[in-house]
Amino acid sequence: MQQKKVVMDADGIDRSLTRIAYEILEKNKGTEELCLVGIRTGGVFLAERLKKKLTSIEGVDLPVGILDITLYRDDLRLANKKPMLGKTDIPFSLDNRKVVLVDDVLFTGRTIRAAMDALIDFGRPKLIELAVLIDRGHRELPIRADFVGMNLPSSLWESVVVKLMEKNGVDEVVIEDDNQ
Amino acid sequence: MKLTNKDILGIKELSVDEINLILDTAASFIEVSTREIKKVPTLRGKTVVNLFFEASTRTRTSFEIAGKRLSADTINISATTSSVVKGETLIDTARNLEAMNPDAIVIRHSAAGAPHMLARMVKQSIINAGDGAHEHPTQALLDMMTIKEKKGTVSGLKVAIVGDIAHSRVARSNIYGLTKMGSHVIVAGPAMMIPRDIARMGVTVYNNLAEAIKDVDIIMMLRIQLERQQQKIFPSLREYSSYFCLNRQNIKLAKEDVLVMHPGPINRGIEISPDIADGPYSIILDQVTNGVAVRMALLYLLIGGQR
Amino acid sequence: MKLLLTGGRIIDPSQGLDANLDILIENGKIAEIGKNVHKPKTDSRKSAAREINIVDISGMIAVPGLIDMHTHLREPGFEYKETIQTGSEAGAAGGFTSLACMPNTNPVNDTRSVTEYIKRNAASCNLVNVYPIAAVSMESEGTSLTEFMDLKDAGAVAFSDDGKPVTNSALMRRALEYASSLGMSIISHCEDTCLSHGGSMNEGFVSTELGLQGIPNIAEDAIVARDIIIAEYTGALLHIAHVSTAGAVRLIRNAKARGLRLTAETAPHYFTLTDEALREFDTCAKVNPPLRTLEDVNAVREGLRDGTIDVIASDHAPHASTDKEVEFEYASFGITGLETSLALSLRLVDDGILTLGQLILGMTANPARIVNIPKGTLKTGVDADITVIDPNRNWTVDRDRLRSKGKNTPFHGQAMKGKAIMTIMGGEIKYRDLP
Ligand SMILES: [Zn+2]
Repeated sequence: MQQKKVVMDADGIDRSLTRIAYEILEKNKGTEELCLVGIRTGGVFLAERLKKKLTSIEGVDLPVGILDITLYRDDLRLANKKPMLGKTDIPFSLDNRKVVLVDDVLFTGRTIRAAMDALIDFGRPKLIELAVLIDRGHRELPIRADFVGMNLPSSLWESVVVKLMEKNGVDEVVIEDDNQ
Repeated sequence: MKLTNKDILGIKELSVDEINLILDTAASFIEVSTREIKKVPTLRGKTVVNLFFEASTRTRTSFEIAGKRLSADTINISATTSSVVKGETLIDTARNLEAMNPDAIVIRHSAAGAPHMLARMVKQSIINAGDGAHEHPTQALLDMMTIKEKKGTVSGLKVAIVGDIAHSRVARSNIYGLTKMGSHVIVAGPAMMIPRDIARMGVTVYNNLAEAIKDVDIIMMLRIQLERQQQKIFPSLREYSSYFCLNRQNIKLAKEDVLVMHPGPINRGIEISPDIADGPYSIILDQVTNGVAVRMALLYLLIGGQR
Repeated sequence: MKLLLTGGRIIDPSQGLDANLDILIENGKIAEIGKNVHKPKTDSRKSAAREINIVDISGMIAVPGLIDMHTHLREPGFEYKETIQTGSEAGAAGGFTSLACMPNTNPVNDTRSVTEYIKRNAASCNLVNVYPIAAVSMESEGTSLTEFMDLKDAGAVAFSDDGKPVTNSALMRRALEYASSLGMSIISHCEDTCLSHGGSMNEGFVSTELGLQGIPNIAEDAIVARDIIIAEYTGALLHIAHVSTAGAVRLIRNAKARGLRLTAETAPHYFTLTDEALREFDTCAKVNPPLRTLEDVNAVREGLRDGTIDVIASDHAPHASTDKEVEFEYASFGITGLETSLALSLRLVDDGILTLGQLILGMTANPARIVNIPKGTLKTGVDADITVIDPNRNWTVDRDRLRSKGKNTPFHGQAMKGKAIMTIMGGEIKYRDLP
């Protein structure tokens, strides 16, 4: 049996996102030139939620893009199950924008590396910032998040799953021990 | 979900799930081709050989672009099948290629079964880019992708394929694909262009254009190979085009929202009138765009990562 | 030196024999067949044992040496495909003591010198009897007749342009009349080449799916019909080679019912395989006439059962790998057959199509009669050509172990039952595969 532990509930997720929204505004001194790009799949829903929060705070409509990083992954060669390729949809220019890249869990950093490579193929952003709901450590690349919902020290044997209403029908963050 | 075989030799060997996987993957690749930088690093370090024993600038270019957009190194080898050394070329080339260790070999050959022979000889993934009058799986996949894009589905449609069915690999691959996906396929052409027992492939056969295209959703016009007339297989191009050319009048027999396809290159005024080829029914250029996406999808699914 | 085969079941359709008897061979001839043939005097038992070789073949079947009246030995000219030596070895291993070889060599066997060359070479190999079939027309080109009388004197046993039809009907008529006046048959390869042109397999559903140009049944049927008409008009001796279609079987059956002196053969692949065998573009199953449909296979089997088809011949057509390891449509036609022919034919007995006696008749006395050779019988005084068959031997076809140079078999890896375990020609054991 796997051991499951809920480390963040629906309210927790919402409060974290609200805080991140304020931090984004503070750090960027407003919403000018700002856009959000969510990484498939978890990051996409979080980016949409952040957009709603930013809109309600500032009253502006921020552009949101979707990024699928499959084609940029460095572990395709090793992946046993080929990931299903999703669509990338960034219907606006990234040139001179401040891009907030959004993902659910920050782990080794390799996904973010792939995402940045992909973003740069789309244009030349003024800057790229990173927002994640969970930072579980174990970085393999020199990457850090600008906005973090929760720092969650974890062991390599555990997996951290962010469940969202939009795809899982529930909002919670669960930590599962695969070693049991 | 992944492909079962190391090769794509024909649509006959693909399951419905595999076809759907390829079409969905290809749909995702459409976006890559619309970017300013139309290149992703997915197949960096991989090598794709385009081995063409039969001239085809279109198909070769399409595969080449597909490979390059995925950052694969693509190498084109054109071999001519001289009448004297015929088979030797293939077996020798195969052994040489194997030694160079590419990741995939795309082969076009005038002899049916040549890709199958190559697939048995080498360990690399083989993609059939057309073998004789047998199969042309990537063409059928891009056709199905285009139909799905325009009609929302590939099932429950009535599709007429018109022309020299006997010598058409495009027809065979589309018959396998469309019938598998649940569409009704009609084939039509003069009697000498309809191969024996084709009805057993699950199609309806007509020898006249009007009956064939009545109330259909899609009309696929095949290219008339001009050399067939030199072989005296049919009497004259003049007669053929006056009875089988799709034009503004006869297209009215089809559904109002009928779509016209053609694998290219078109003999304008012979199998299809210019106003139809360039008109609103025509989705011939979409086919070309989707061709690159389908070929990217196949390369990605076959050699993008471990099998 | 004497040879005694004891305890076996002897089947010799030429004399209506099927019984457990001994066979005594003396000086290369059949000396006696009967029960307890060898009764040595009690005092000379030791010396008798020295001068007689006694082989116990209990549980085995001994038959007249098998005859294959349609073989391609390829020599002279195509020694890279097969030689008379390797073909003879393959024949002996397949249970054959006599082979009639087709003239499509290089040069074509259209003159006395080629016929004599083949006979001389075969005699020095000394493994099987080889009977050359000479060409109907010079270089088998279908224009001028060869010297039938001269060729007969040199040792030719029949005439054929096999590999090609005799397209010119007038030439076919003259050939039939001429051969018949010498008491010889014309062996006709029936193919309307206009209808078969460009084809590389049977025309039908499978060729349509594979996109390969087909050879329709009517290409065979049309020429069978024509030849029957000419044979009926001339009263000549016609033998139809490698019958593969239901239509040809029907035409031959009707002609025989009208009393024509017509004979016919088929080959094991035509009653064993259908065009489904070509699904993977296996060039080893590419043969001419092509593998047909199940309907044709069943008709050929029925033709064998009711005697419409007189003979099973291998149509052994060995090819080098360079002829076969090429794109399907460029590959040569032909199946290597001498070493699988008997086992495949024995399946007809298992399937209840033929009795063992009927099968042996079609592989011994019938071909002997058609090519006029004093073989195919175990009558006292004839050359001791005998094949001993183990009907229950299970074995697997392994192309790399075939004695023929031709490895082009579609049966590679297939399980077989029944095998020649001893082939005796002129009283000498030429092949032995005892357990
Ligand atoms: Zn023949």
